[in-house]
Amino acid sequence: METLEQVLTPEEQFQARIDADVRIEPKDWMPDAYRKTLIRQISQHAHSELVGMLPEGNWITRAPSLKRKSILLAKVQDEAGHGLYLYSAAETLGTTRDQMLADLHSGKAKYSSIFNYPTLSWADMGCVGWLVDGAAILNQVPLCRTSYGPYARAMVRVCKEESFHQRQGFEVMQTLCEGAPEQKAMAQEALNRWWWPTLMMFGPKDADSPNTEQSMKWRIKRFTNDELRQKFVDMMVPQAEFLGLTVPDPLVKWNEERQAYDFGEVNWDEFWAVVKGNGLCNHERLQARVDAHEEGAWVREAANAHAAKRAARGAAVAA
Amino acid sequence: MSATLPEPTAAAVPASAPRSLFPFVLQLADTSLILAHRLSEWCGHGPVLEQDLAMANIALDLLGEARSYYQYAAELEDQGRTEDDLAYLRSAVEYRNPLLVEQPNGDFAHTIVRQFLFDNFHYHLLRELKDGPDAQLAAIAEKSVKEAAYHLKWSSEWVIRLGDGTEESRKRLDKAIATLWRFGGELTTPTETEKGLQATGLVPDYATLLPAMQAHAEHVFAEATVPLPTAVFAQLGGKTGRHSEHLGYLLSELQYMQRTYPGLKW
Repeated sequence: METLEQVLTPEEQFQARIDADVRIEPKDWMPDAYRKTLIRQISQHAHSELVGMLPEGNWITRAPSLKRKSILLAKVQDEAGHGLYLYSAAETLGTTRDQMLADLHSGKAKYSSIFNYPTLSWADMGCVGWLVDGAAILNQVPLCRTSYGPYARAMVRVCKEESFHQRQGFEVMQTLCEGAPEQKAMAQEALNRWWWPTLMMFGPKDADSPNTEQSMKWRIKRFTNDELRQKFVDMMVPQAEFLGLTVPDPLVKWNEERQAYDFGEVNWDEFWAVVKGNGLCNHERLQARVDAHEEGAWVREAANAHAAKRAARGAAVAA
Repeated sequence: MSATLPEPTAAAVPASAPRSLFPFVLQLADTSLILAHRLSEWCGHGPVLEQDLAMANIALDLLGEARSYYQYAAELEDQGRTEDDLAYLRSAVEYRNPLLVEQPNGDFAHTIVRQFLFDNFHYHLLRELKDGPDAQLAAIAEKSVKEAAYHLKWSSEWVIRLGDGTEESRKRLDKAIATLWRFGGELTTPTETEKGLQATGLVPDYATLLPAMQAHAEHVFAEATVPLPTAVFAQLGGKTGRHSEHLGYLLSELQYMQRTYPGLKW
């Protein structure tokens, strides 16, 4: 009698495992394209955590109270931690952190475009937590069930921390909205700037998203961009109302029939311009990463040289 | 007219808490806050992700420690000021941190030398404070000394790596030592206020900390293959409010929100 292995090609066996919701692990056979897609996606995610430290890091030294300063610093530090385990997850696919960083620095690898927008007021710390982390959670919660084991496991921890971040962002907004008129105005002004860019975080429309279909088939992705964008709007519009803020889209309206909010069209020209490097902060964000890496080179070299000397001395003693 | 008893206050100061400790506790608070501020400037710009995390971690520890001191200082002062009033709403000359901690980050070697000088003092001071006569200060020190032990381990290891690393790291370490060593002496040079408190036994005599600090520095520098600097002129001033030019800029960032929007809740 023939076994499944004899009947099915490796590709078919792989898809059968995916369809049965069996996790793929680093040593398992996988199609090259699956591996490449994952390296692209996980490293892009890791880079986003790293670059994402910059817009919020911009306010650590100016946070308005000691409590807020502690929370913000802890949050940005969490992001560095997320970067660390995501790079490690990507390394299980056969790439290295050095290679991934080189791709980031050369502009070959992307990171989330949202971080190419500037953080201009304290309320931006609220909006980044509430909206940006809120959107990130919608993108990321399904990834806890993604087909690649190390990625899924890393995401479980990331999501726990992100949901805490989102709550603190909402709480920053709430404090502002319950505060003085100038604080509420600060909150509204920040929402006006962040609303549309956050909707862009879900990526191009499904019709313009070339990778979606294959990623859904491989169960790397479980919802389409448009589905997630709709969920986000449905979640956030009532929260904005609760805060007493107005979402800057006159077309937002509850649709009884769809049981969802209708909303206006994202400015896709702006979306593509920022993706292609023409956002206000693309240049300085990437340059900040390149500078940190280049200026840190002598430190990394010193650590390696010292470790080598120690190892040599250890070997000499052992001999 | 009936005599009314004073209302008990929520944060009643323990009867034993000596008001005279206020300036010293404030000095500890300012010191930890200003160094945390400097370290937090590295966030997102560290030489490697693991060290970015380490510096943010140390900054968070110091910030937490500073908050405990400010809260205690506010209780001791008993004038209705909060931790944030003390941290954000004083002028530069009122800050009591030593000059060392307000010095700019410079390159990683400067940050490490500054950190090593501070940690070597901080850890040994906390070890004494945790067994000191003031219960609240002892409790804060008890919690912080564990963190400070890790900080000292971290900065010591980096002094060793940079000293016994590459030619370049050695050159940079030497330069950082030449720039910053002169600020180390202030940590263990008591001000008149500190001398007064030392006389009452509330604050440890810094001379008693020196042998352990010296022994640790000798050990680390021997491992780093770097001669331990000796007899450097000590720049004093921060602890009495005479700061370097750097502090004003630091405070203008730190205090920006509180100064722009006075009296609001965040």
